[in-house]
Amino acid sequence: METYGHSLNLIAAELVLMVSALVLLLVTAWIGDKASRSISIIAVGVLAVCAIITVPALAQGAGGLDRVAFMGQFTADAFAAFAKLLIYISAAVALIVAPAFFGRVGAMRAEYPVLILLAVLGMNMMVSATDLMTLYIGLELNSLTAYVLAAFLRTDERSAEAGLKYFVLGALASGIILFGMSLTYGFTGSTDFAVVRLALTGPLSTGALFGIIFVFAGLAFKISAVPFHMWTPDVYEGAPTPVTTFFATAPKVAALALTMRVAFDAFGEQAGAWQQIIIFMALASIIVGALGAIGQVNIKRLLAYSSINNVGFLLIGLATGTAEGASAMLVYLVIYVFMSIAGFVVVLMLRDDEGRPIEAIADLAGLSQARPALAWALLAVMFSLAGIPPLFGFWAKFVVFQAAVNADLIVLAALGIAASVIGAFYYIKIVKVAFFDAPSGRNATGAPVSHKVLLLLSCLIISPLGYLLTPWLGALADKASSSLFFVV
Amino acid sequence: MNGFPILSIMLVVPLLGAIACLFSQAATARRIALVTTLINFVLGVILWANYDIDDAQWQFTERADLFAGFSYALGIDGIALMLIMLSVFLMPVCIGASWLSIKTRVGEYMAAFLLMEMLMIGVFAAQDLFLFYIFFEAGLIPMYLIIGVWGGDNRIYASYKFFLYTLLGSVLMLIAMFWMANEAGTTSIPALMVHDFPAGAQTWLWLAFFASFAVKMPMWPVHTWLPDAHVQAPTAGSIILAGVLLKMGGYGFIRFSLPMLPEASGELAWLVFALSMIAVVYTSLVALVQHDMKKLIAYSSVAHMAIVTGALFSFNVVGLDGAMIVMLSHGLVSGALFLCVGIIYDRLHTREIDRYGGLAINMPRYAVFFLLFTMASIGLPGTSGFVGEFLSLAGMYAVSSWLAFVCTTGIILGAAYMLYLYRRVVFGVSRNPDAAALPDLDRREWAMLVPLAAVTLWMGVYPESFLAPMRADIRWLNERLAVASPAGDAKLMMPASNGPPSGLPATVQRVPVQEAH
Repeated sequence: METYGHSLNLIAAELVLMVSALVLLLVTAWIGDKASRSISIIAVGVLAVCAIITVPALAQGAGGLDRVAFMGQFTADAFAAFAKLLIYISAAVALIVAPAFFGRVGAMRAEYPVLILLAVLGMNMMVSATDLMTLYIGLELNSLTAYVLAAFLRTDERSAEAGLKYFVLGALASGIILFGMSLTYGFTGSTDFAVVRLALTGPLSTGALFGIIFVFAGLAFKISAVPFHMWTPDVYEGAPTPVTTFFATAPKVAALALTMRVAFDAFGEQAGAWQQIIIFMALASIIVGALGAIGQVNIKRLLAYSSINNVGFLLIGLATGTAEGASAMLVYLVIYVFMSIAGFVVVLMLRDDEGRPIEAIADLAGLSQARPALAWALLAVMFSLAGIPPLFGFWAKFVVFQAAVNADLIVLAALGIAASVIGAFYYIKIVKVAFFDAPSGRNATGAPVSHKVLLLLSCLIISPLGYLLTPWLGALADKASSSLFFVV
Repeated sequence: MNGFPILSIMLVVPLLGAIACLFSQAATARRIALVTTLINFVLGVILWANYDIDDAQWQFTERADLFAGFSYALGIDGIALMLIMLSVFLMPVCIGASWLSIKTRVGEYMAAFLLMEMLMIGVFAAQDLFLFYIFFEAGLIPMYLIIGVWGGDNRIYASYKFFLYTLLGSVLMLIAMFWMANEAGTTSIPALMVHDFPAGAQTWLWLAFFASFAVKMPMWPVHTWLPDAHVQAPTAGSIILAGVLLKMGGYGFIRFSLPMLPEASGELAWLVFALSMIAVVYTSLVALVQHDMKKLIAYSSVAHMAIVTGALFSFNVVGLDGAMIVMLSHGLVSGALFLCVGIIYDRLHTREIDRYGGLAINMPRYAVFFLLFTMASIGLPGTSGFVGEFLSLAGMYAVSSWLAFVCTTGIILGAAYMLYLYRRVVFGVSRNPDAAALPDLDRREWAMLVPLAAVTLWMGVYPESFLAPMRADIRWLNERLAVASPAGDAKLMMPASNGPPSGLPATVQRVPVQEAH
């Protein structure tokens, strides 16, 4: 039987996060920015502790009623654990790469790790939410910290602009979600996913349909799916690169996991209603992401369009509406996170003679002669993002399209995969600039050891060696997705 | 050879060589690459020597469940064996052709080539649907780099075109593969080859595969990437492109489209025939007016590949034999022709036909080799080209006399453009003083041309060596195709079924003789 102690036990990782974030906040207030480095290290340690707390739930494939806390508001099942582990990894990377970046302009502040921890707490709530209220609290906690993080370089106009844009549009999206939730509540009488699911069985009323549509529209903003993607390139470009690394990974995982849970759990009985929306968003994201990237001259903007493109492929998995599709999405997310980490670490390692970061694609010219190892890493990331075998990025597309074909969405799969060729164009353009063009002479060597280690690890995973992980990864994703499909 | 994983070793050797080359200086990288490709050639010879013609259809099989969703399964039949032999034979020639002409970033270049070798062998040896796809697609990356980094002036355009064309062709095949794996419940190629897919679905599956293989082959009208890629690629890149990469398309037809989807192959044979007929005539005419030697040979490749596709879909043993021999022969001969162009390009740095002339005077030995390969390309008896083209046309005639008629004009036009090329480059008086001063072949070039010439003649004089390993597999394929075989309009008594009519050459007559026991 559910007790308060049991519930607290299930949110152990969140408690650790919350307490340590608040304690570290007090420490920063007391000591100031001197401690920023040690606080970052402690924050990574906190994430590691949370990961240790979270792993058993995934390993056991936990699911069912005894993983539900606070009377259905919070679920700590294998699916949530899977997403949380990915979030911890992404957040840890964002913490590790930050000091070198901010340190150069003297802007490394002790609030950064605290904000990241609070964002992780919010994301943990998002992926565990089985109630619309928990969902909204987690979403807002994550979003508010994200707005601050985007504007973290206060003296930089682009960063401030990114923060403001993100805030205005994010607030609008939150409003849309709230409106959708209010309609859903009004037509089902509950905010609990399980009750909503039961109430939505059978024919769908127009009001409830609007509720579903508004909730998905708001979520589409958070995962930057077309047509709610406009903020992404500006925010990615303007935000400091470590923050962009963070935005491209952790919140994407959280928002997609949240979308999956809302789609399969709360609105699981009305798959027919949301499937069309998802199919449209998937194809539109793939095509707009691919076409939009072609003209970009800034690599961060290009990676922003690339993330829109990737969300499109992920949504194909969601459109299947099957457990296989959900599992494929999780595999895709893992590979996507590592591709993004590798890609952004490469960007962070690019610098000119005076140590200024390089962001213009034209300045990458001849990178293969100036910095061969970095160029090969960039090549691996680009071909992997394009989904060209034998790089591991192919496997991500492989499982998603296989799920789509097995769910009889053959036309969607064929259109999606044909559109992926458009995307390949701009990925190979980066390779062309780095390998074929004459050196620009702007690339200077040297990077912090931490960056090199991160790049090596993530490149090993996206290299063909990653295929050796497929049985293990597939088994974990299956466990996680089956816990999602556990119907109360 | 029991239990000795020779195919895996043939994959690992070039991979290790590639990694070593990546971290080596230019001179070391060249040696490493040459030694690696020679080791792989020796392994290939061992493979051929141990291949038992009368034994099981699939030999040297290996299997390991390393991955989720597909398995690491290797194994070859006679058809794959021959194509692997072609790959490992051409690779040392490629390395030799790049010995002096590649001066920048040699380590990376050699690494890309060795990687390419590994992927080519992987394509022919893969026994799992998705393992095949991975090898098939992965070849795009090294080839993109080879064209883009070491290619000619317009290399960027050519590399983009090559990459995007072939990628677009292949991705639809992947969707078809998913469907097939789901329907048949297996990803094993040998199992899928005997699986009967519902006739209604076959058409779609066939078209998806066709999109990929037709681009790779390349067939008219999706051949336009090939002349660009050939012209811009370095000599060795052209050799490997014409020699082996184009064969992946033909291999795909013979391994996937025909045995897995026989009914659709029969129904849609008209499409292949129509495209082949257009290609033979059209690309031959285009070849006639070229000013660039490499472009001319590239168009001639399209014409030869059209004969292959026509013969593959002729649904009889003779045609299939012919298609395979044309593929092998074209691999050798077009590779050798690109090498011949490369040899004079290295000296004069132009591919313009008009800049040459009268090379027979100052380069007599070169002229002899060039003549031999020109004749082989035309299909002169005694060379490999004749055997392949004769068998192909004989096979085509059984199914459609129009197809055979149009393709024969391709042979005549082939003679026209090749002889015209040869006359302008080698015969006549020396018009350009710099071309007249070119030195004749050196020892390195001898070492590359002699083996190519020897095998071309061997295949022309005694093709049985090359047909024997494939015979059982082609006969099996023919039986598999019997259900869908179109009636044909020639009312011929085909030798495979009713004894040899008089006048057919020895190679064709051997088929029933072998079948008797």
